[in-house]
Amino acid sequence: MSVLIQNLVRCAPGTRKRLLNDVSLDVPTGAFVALVGPSGAGKTTLLRAIAGLDTCESGSLLLDGQKVENMQDRARKIGFVFQNYALFPHMTVARNISFGLDVQPRAMRPSQGEIAARVQELLDLMQLPDMGKAYPARLSGGQRQRVALARALATGPGLLLLDEPFGALDPIVRRTIRSWLRSLHDRLGLTTILVTHDQEEALEVADRIVVMQQGSIMQDASPEELDKEPATAFVMEFLGESATFRGVVQDGWFTPEEDGVLPFAVAAEIAPGPADAMIRPFEITIASADLVQGQTVPISSQGVRNGYRHYLARLKDRTIAVHIPDYTGENVLSESYGVLDISRARLFRDGKRYS
Amino acid sequence: MGRCRVKTYILWVVSWAVIAIVLLMPPAVVVSEALKNGIGPALETLKDPDGIAAIWLTLEVSVVSVAVNTLFGVLAAWLLTKYLFPGRSALLVLVELPLSISPVVSGLVWLLLFGAQGWWGQALEQAGIHVAFAVPGIMLATLFVTLPYVVRTLVPLMEQQGRDAEEAAMLAGAGFWQILWRVTLPGARVALFSGILLTTARAMGEFGAVSVVSGHIPGLTETMPLHIESLYNGYQTVAAFTMATLLAAMAMSAVLLRSVPEWITRWREKQA
Amino acid sequence: MRQTFLTFLRGGDSALPGYRLSLAATLLWTGFFIVLPLCALAIRPWQDGMGAVVGALHDTRMFAALWTSFSSAALAALFNLPIGLLLAWALVRGDLPGRRVADALVDLPLALPTAVSGITLATLYGPQGWLGAPLAKLGIVVAYSRPGIVLALMFVGLPFVVRTVEPVLKNLPRDLEEAAVLLGARPWQIVLRVILAPLLPALITGFGLAFARGVGEYGSVIFIAGNQPFRSEIAPLLVVVRLQEFDYPGATAIALVLLLTSLAALALVGVVRRKFSAWGDAA
Repeated sequence: MSVLIQNLVRCAPGTRKRLLNDVSLDVPTGAFVALVGPSGAGKTTLLRAIAGLDTCESGSLLLDGQKVENMQDRARKIGFVFQNYALFPHMTVARNISFGLDVQPRAMRPSQGEIAARVQELLDLMQLPDMGKAYPARLSGGQRQRVALARALATGPGLLLLDEPFGALDPIVRRTIRSWLRSLHDRLGLTTILVTHDQEEALEVADRIVVMQQGSIMQDASPEELDKEPATAFVMEFLGESATFRGVVQDGWFTPEEDGVLPFAVAAEIAPGPADAMIRPFEITIASADLVQGQTVPISSQGVRNGYRHYLARLKDRTIAVHIPDYTGENVLSESYGVLDISRARLFRDGKRYS
Repeated sequence: MGRCRVKTYILWVVSWAVIAIVLLMPPAVVVSEALKNGIGPALETLKDPDGIAAIWLTLEVSVVSVAVNTLFGVLAAWLLTKYLFPGRSALLVLVELPLSISPVVSGLVWLLLFGAQGWWGQALEQAGIHVAFAVPGIMLATLFVTLPYVVRTLVPLMEQQGRDAEEAAMLAGAGFWQILWRVTLPGARVALFSGILLTTARAMGEFGAVSVVSGHIPGLTETMPLHIESLYNGYQTVAAFTMATLLAAMAMSAVLLRSVPEWITRWREKQA
Repeated sequence: MRQTFLTFLRGGDSALPGYRLSLAATLLWTGFFIVLPLCALAIRPWQDGMGAVVGALHDTRMFAALWTSFSSAALAALFNLPIGLLLAWALVRGDLPGRRVADALVDLPLALPTAVSGITLATLYGPQGWLGAPLAKLGIVVAYSRPGIVLALMFVGLPFVVRTVEPVLKNLPRDLEEAAVLLGARPWQIVLRVILAPLLPALITGFGLAFARGVGEYGSVIFIAGNQPFRSEIAPLLVVVRLQEFDYPGATAIALVLLLTSLAALALVGVVRRKFSAWGDAA
């Protein structure tokens, strides 16, 4: 099911403060989209607006090109999983799952037998075949998560909305549920939109990432594109650890302000003037002091993690983390002094990508 | 250490002495006065037709109070806990107001509206509708006095439960009554039960408000508390205290019943 | 303004169904049962002209009755403070034997119908009563006089004091006293500064609630009060008397004063609660 959002505006209740500031988003059928951003960015607000949980000041929302007017209609099209699952504590797991079918008008409601069969089918799908008679309080976090998912899927929606679905789970369960969710999405042919504050999770599970900040969409791109071409300094920073070097562009060269960092050549069409060079720790390399001209800085080793050697370069006023792949076997830093090569950095001016 | 022990014992003795004199003696007096001449004469007094009429009227008034104040109380609790709207806090204060109004005043206000000198009293009287010094007046006074109990027991709980479950139900396609009946009320059933029982106890025992609007016509507009007053003032001590025992038993069992859900949970936990 | 009105019509920001239905029901309910009667109470005294109001205000019997009610309610609430504190202490800290029974008994005055409490207290403290007779021998007359009123109001108000002090006492860390001892405080200093001081907001709240209840109390008082004008007649009873005389302005004037007094007492409680809210849930 495709989702088309145009110019959505929502204000905080009773104020003029905009929680969603003119948001437009086009999600094609079958997409797996992650809404990411710091807390307060408006991702949950946007998700709730898509679900129709909150009213918006202006803008439009189309599902499969059509406006949805009433809630019954919406319920058949959308499945929603709440951050804390919102399972009904006084109902068994089976009753929780069948709720969306039980409340349908008599004319449309499947027979008791059909409902029971559907519940069992969903329980099997969620790998909880024997849990139908249990009450939610007895379940573990991961099990509750899957019951909430089953409940959301009971009416056979084409669109699945998930609000921080992995937030309350421990790291190992998180990883398994994540890949399982992805396979479920593919198998059922769903369109899925999920909210998370964990950018790594988003990069791993989604095929499209929407980065939000202060009620607006900053960038909407595939994980690869996002990684390669972050649109703003904020996106660059949000997606992972990064270092910023202030400097000046002149005559086709970027010259950092600080000592111990090498200048590098930039495209000729870049206008001269001050700019920020942003780079990830594993994109920095360390040039040996013997080979280059310039002021060297002290560099200390921090050990090896995840196949990377971690170093700290001590510039004049701060330290910069540098991660070097460990497969080389070479002893890059026999000496404890060196110069940073940041030629793989991206240039930003006033927070915007400069190209 | 020894001094500490002695102090503790003194605390215990003094506390229980206070409890015995202040709290335990009054109910003991009620029963002992009722049974002053033995159980036979006490039971005999209950056969008085005016007394039986008073019991029936009390039950009727309680049922009406519970029905009306539960229906509207649930809707008000829903309104006050599931939406943030301007005027919400004012409404919260408003529904608790009857708790801080003197019972006599709670009766008086209805006379100001429906009494002979009231705003609409004469018009209604001409239409043949008697409110003041009749059963409808008693109902109104009791409804006013018992109005807050269901709302005020429901609101804190429903507020704490938030609206996630309701939103989940809505997204599953449930309508208003389905959400209320299947999700909200089952989740708040203990509080609802408690609120209904408090309403019942208060409705049965209300004296001041009802006294003002009733007119004290034996057999017609006397509830149990009013009948107790008449009997007591008529020096029918045994009858008065027998009726008082019955009324106290009714009201207090309603209050005590509130703990039943808690006992059940505790018993279940012990089993498991 | 328009914005506020629109939010009011829409139910804020929630899309949950049933807003207008529950709003209409609640407004109807509170409108008919609370707003309408209170409007009558506020407007009615002025309808017979200023003369009636002035006349009602010249009534010395009314002032005597109000004074009896206020002073008795204040005295009763004051006497209830040490007793309530003692019971709350015994329930929370004292490991009182039979604690659960005692705990249930504390709520008894709230559960007992007021008419029953009234005739019971009158009998208990009457000249032939279990407590009245021994007291009479000592020359203390309780029933049918001012002390009787105070006694009845103490009975009715006690649960309010115990129940407001209890949770605060429960949350007061036990090692507070030990800390004070280690810091060199003497016993009376501990009681005053470490125990009573944090309980002060709760005690004020309990006093306010008991006072507000006592000012308006009717059923449990009239049987023991004696009801002599100017001496042992409480204000609520005078309302009833005025109504029996068909003196509506007079009755309404007293009713208004009673209402405003209990509201003022409760507002004071609210102020105390807000003022001390920095202490956690102190009140």
